[in-house]
Amino acid sequence: MKDFKEIKIQNLVKYYGNRKVVDNFNLTIKNGEFITLLGPSGCGKTTILNSIAGLIPIDGGSIYIDDECIDDGKRFIPPEKRNFGMVFQNYALFPHLTVFENVAFGLRIRKFPPSEIRERVINALRMVHLEEHIDKYPRQLSGGEQQRTALARCIVTEPRLMLLDEPLSNLDALLRIEMRYELKAIHEKLGITTIYVTHDQQEALALSDRIVVLNKGKIQQIGTPEEIYSYPRNLFVAHFLGFRNIWNVDVIHVKDGEIEFKLGDFILNAVLNEKYKEHIHNSIRDKKKLYISIRPEDIKIGEGPINSLEMRVEVMEYLGQVRQLWGYINGNLRIEISTFEKIILNPGDKIKIYIPPERILVFPEEDVQ
Amino acid sequence: MKKREFLTVFLLLLPVLIYFIFLFVYPFIYGLHLSLTNDEGKFTLANFIRFLTDPWDANTIWITLKIAIPATLLNVLIAMPLAYYMRHGIKGEKLISFLLILPITLGSVFVAEGMLTYMGPNGWLNKILMALKIIDKPYRFTHNYLGVLLALIIQGFPFVFLMLLGYISGIDPTLEKAASILGASRWYIFRRIIFPLWMPGIAMATSLNFVMNFTVFPSAVLLGQPSGPTRVISIAAYQWAFEKFDFHMASAIAIIMGLVELIFILIVMLIRQRFFKIVATSGGKG
Amino acid sequence: MRRIKFSGILYWIAIFVYVFNVLGIIFTVILNSLSKNWYTDWFPKIFTLEWYSYMAKEHDLTQLLFATFVVVISVALISLLIGYPAAYIFARYNFKFKNVLLSLLLVPMLVPPMTYGIPLAAMLYKLRLATRISGVILANLVPIIPYVVLILYPFIEQIDVSYESAARILGASRLRTFVKVLLPLTVPGIFTAALLSIVRTIAMFELTFLVAGPKSQTVIVALYYDAYAAGTRPPQAIDALAVVYFLITMTFLLIALKFASPTQFVYRGK
Ligand SMILES: Nc1ncnc2c1ncn2[C@@H]1O[C@H](COP(=O)(O)OP(=O)(O)OP(=O)(O)O)[C@@H](O)[C@H]1O
Ligand SMILES: [Mg+2]
Repeated sequence: MKDFKEIKIQNLVKYYGNRKVVDNFNLTIKNGEFITLLGPSGCGKTTILNSIAGLIPIDGGSIYIDDECIDDGKRFIPPEKRNFGMVFQNYALFPHLTVFENVAFGLRIRKFPPSEIRERVINALRMVHLEEHIDKYPRQLSGGEQQRTALARCIVTEPRLMLLDEPLSNLDALLRIEMRYELKAIHEKLGITTIYVTHDQQEALALSDRIVVLNKGKIQQIGTPEEIYSYPRNLFVAHFLGFRNIWNVDVIHVKDGEIEFKLGDFILNAVLNEKYKEHIHNSIRDKKKLYISIRPEDIKIGEGPINSLEMRVEVMEYLGQVRQLWGYINGNLRIEISTFEKIILNPGDKIKIYIPPERILVFPEEDVQ
Repeated sequence: MKKREFLTVFLLLLPVLIYFIFLFVYPFIYGLHLSLTNDEGKFTLANFIRFLTDPWDANTIWITLKIAIPATLLNVLIAMPLAYYMRHGIKGEKLISFLLILPITLGSVFVAEGMLTYMGPNGWLNKILMALKIIDKPYRFTHNYLGVLLALIIQGFPFVFLMLLGYISGIDPTLEKAASILGASRWYIFRRIIFPLWMPGIAMATSLNFVMNFTVFPSAVLLGQPSGPTRVISIAAYQWAFEKFDFHMASAIAIIMGLVELIFILIVMLIRQRFFKIVATSGGKG
Repeated sequence: MRRIKFSGILYWIAIFVYVFNVLGIIFTVILNSLSKNWYTDWFPKIFTLEWYSYMAKEHDLTQLLFATFVVVISVALISLLIGYPAAYIFARYNFKFKNVLLSLLLVPMLVPPMTYGIPLAAMLYKLRLATRISGVILANLVPIIPYVVLILYPFIEQIDVSYESAARILGASRLRTFVKVLLPLTVPGIFTAALLSIVRTIAMFELTFLVAGPKSQTVIVALYYDAYAAGTRPPQAIDALAVVYFLITMTFLLIALKFASPTQFVYRGK
């Protein structure tokens, strides 16, 4: 069944009323890949997934599997003919059918002989460790068991493409991590091409071959977890992946990937990373103003060789391993730091901090959403 | 909307559209046409003029209003405090609602037939009132104005009550708590919070109940004096249609009936808007 | 505290007076139909079933019951066939004029039958459908179809779309998705709608009265004619027919209450 090389989504557009909910979505997925759509609530992830599945009509663009057009607005293969699988956020297990009948649903439509249906269902249920619940109804299952039933129902038909819409979001924190592991294991084992939707960056980083970061229906960045995490292309991606401390600064000068700028009364330096030089360099060359961003955990406490600042502490939170500090620099700029150091501070205390120049991300202004 | 979607929507709505046009819109237009024409099919206002100038017929409007308005007001005024009291639920709610919907589901004909015996000179009601020494000889509850009024209350009260209850129990109870923590008295809370939020529901229940009362028919015939003090407008329409076989006239009366209903609803809406400028957002469930 | 108690007592008195009289009316009808004769005593002295056989002979009772059932069941079935697809569209699709259409549908439910019944009857007479069973069915459809739509619409809406999506993706066609998934999930809604329509149609006097002929009238209309011509038969025989009507209504009402809440009998839209 895994009979294709790639799925090509081109210029996908979707409107709800006059609102463009998906704006020129382009993505090529290779066979066997695990792709994650990551973005805040309402950014259009579900809409994209439903468009790919054929559950909602698209307003522009096309979807091809190799040379086979499955949707371009005119030619349209209905969802039941696409041989995809999908796991829904609420699992959508048919409440009037047992676990067995739920998993067998797709097989019965494909007219498999009863003995083979039984065998396949049991195999699928074994894979998700549910053999003993085979005759229960969905309401008699725990959340995790329901989730696994949905997964079994999805994989049992050996779909060409598996679409997962926040399948873990209804589970508690521990179960979520456990199921994440199972999902990954099943993907490794079966190699089914997968599009996974989530707004949880941890999940995205842990599972994906590639991540597509979305905001307001537009692709912000496509890359491996490593690329996305360390080298966000713009402020939105940076912020979504944990960069805080976003400040507007005045450029003093730019040279060879090094930038000198003024943050309030302080003069600071940033070193651009190799990965960016090309992309960023052109866009910031003649800028007077730039945005910079630093992860809270990248700011160090103490006297540094360069980029030293003084921070007035306002609030300290104890979070077990780390401590989170909020406060101000330069009188009125908010700053957030997290540190492993076992210090005790009181509101109003002043401490020395410094920022390693290679940890500073620089973005031209236009990127601000 | 995509063609594919449009076709689905259109095809599945088609039966309802056909029903609506042929069984509701068309008869209405047909009735309007009948009311504005004579036997030869010529346009005329004679039907309306004839109805409004013939005192025997025109009077039915006042007769009906004299029954419908007091019945509506009584129903609403009795039901309001009860619904207010019951707004957070109450013991035996299921049984009480069952007993309340009984007369609604049984319908006016059955209730009227029962009332004739129960409230008749030898009926239990008179017997009980005499046993309690409230009256010393049987009181005439039926075959008069009172009989029709009582029938409209027995039918209308549970309707208004359950409807008002639905609306008032849809008002978020934390609003009341918030207000009382702020120091508001019960009466103040009622006046400034519950009543304004309840108002759309009250207006709706009042309008619907009036419309029902204004078209009273079997009760007026069976429990009243259909050829005298309780000759309501429905009786007039019926007689023109099925005793004199003049559907032109009958349709004109039906149109007048509809107009009076509309005017009453507009008045209720006007009152509501005049006194309650703040548009309540929370109506209620249902 | 005292105020609350006081209003509580008033509340219970009001409910008691009301319920007492309603039950009184019902029991009077039942007792009277079973009594040989009943004048001044609290209860009848001699009980008899003779009025039932009298009534059954006077009215072709089989014919009457048959017509009633045919009308009631047809109205429920046709309303479901027409109303279900519409309710589905309202629950699943957003389109221009959706709210307008929904409000329009409310109108036949809210306007009292006497108002539109006369023109409707005039039309049905013109089409030569009046006095026939088919005419009675058509007339009764007018308030019931919107009623069915408005009962089913929220019912379908609260069933997550993802059940249907899941079935589609698993390979089920639209028809199969409907039969295997949506239909079983909406069975309670269908029963609710059917039973509530049946209860309403049994009790629908005005429309049936205006349209029916001698062979197509329902029990409630026969009861009206009996009560109208009260002098011509003994009151006990009229009450015997009333009891027959009462039993039919109560049967369906009690079944309906297994599915629906009592308030659904009253709410007519928002
Ligand atoms: N049927 C619809 N009609 C109108 N607007 C819709 C509809 N479905 C979704 N939208 C809008 O489209 C946008 C994208 O919705 P979508 O469900 O794709 O978001 P999402 O990224 O999946 O969000 P979440 O993480 O909350 O599930 C939202 O702003 C939503 O309000
Ligand atoms: Mg979503």
